Amino acid sequence: MTGAHVGLEQYLVVSALLFSLGLLGVIARRNLLVIYMSLELMLNAANLALVACSSFHHNLAGQVLVFFIITVAAAEVAVGLALIVALYRLRPTTHVEDLTSLKL
Amino acid sequence: MIPDLAFYLLAALTLLCGFLVVANPLSRNPVTSAMFLVLTIASLAGLFVLLRAFFLAAVQVLVYAGAVMVLFLFVIMLLDLGAEERRAIKRLGLLAGGVSVAALAVLVRTAIHESPRALPPAGPPLEGATGSLGELLFRQYLLPFEIVSVLLLVAMVGVILLSKKDLK
Repeated sequence: MTGAHVGLEQYLVVSALLFSLGLLGVIARRNLLVIYMSLELMLNAANLALVACSSFHHNLAGQVLVFFIITVAAAEVAVGLALIVALYRLRPTTHVEDLTSLKL
Repeated sequence: MIPDLAFYLLAALTLLCGFLVVANPLSRNPVTSAMFLVLTIASLAGLFVLLRAFFLAAVQVLVYAGAVMVLFLFVIMLLDLGAEERRAIKRLGLLAGGVSVAALAVLVRTAIHESPRALPPAGPPLEGATGSLGELLFRQYLLPFEIVSVLLLVAMVGVILLSKKDLK
């Protein structure tokens, strides 16, 4: 794989690594905002895989899907951050371990 | 040769900045994470250009690196998170994260390994230019496009409702 011409596989490996980083952030970090950024990282990894597949399979449908993903992600970020701000007004913390009222 | 070199450079930059978003050894400040997320997104836009998805690269920079990250920084500054920085990362969380990432890596590795390798023959490179993408978007994918516009409207109304002083 090393030194070879860059193909689909290389792009997919980068995408998988980026997704793993995002997953690690969501599970290991405890700051609500950083968790949110890690979610964005995972979405972007999926976007990269879609664009790479679309480009190597000569099919534009993947890029249209990425366009929709970016739009939905923007809406998701807006609503999520509004929720975080509303939560912060109720309890001034962004640390997930301080928000345990729903825990058994 | 030069596109290959550019790919390895941009991929390394993407992964390095992605790592610094999640686990920056020097700073636990969310602002630093946000700044490295901007860099990650910019280098991803570079990868999109290498894949000849020019329109998506532009959208990536405009929407993600522009609008979304401004929103993030705005909220971080609004919340005033000075006291939140110093807390140890839990061992258990780190362990669980490592295990699930390893499991995911094995899964993806198997999926890539087992998948059929029949790529179509390399024809003329696919141009993800605005014209061809727009044609597809407004013909074949018109209904999803309209649904997404309604979704954006719903999100806007929801955000306005959520940011009211008393949620009634």
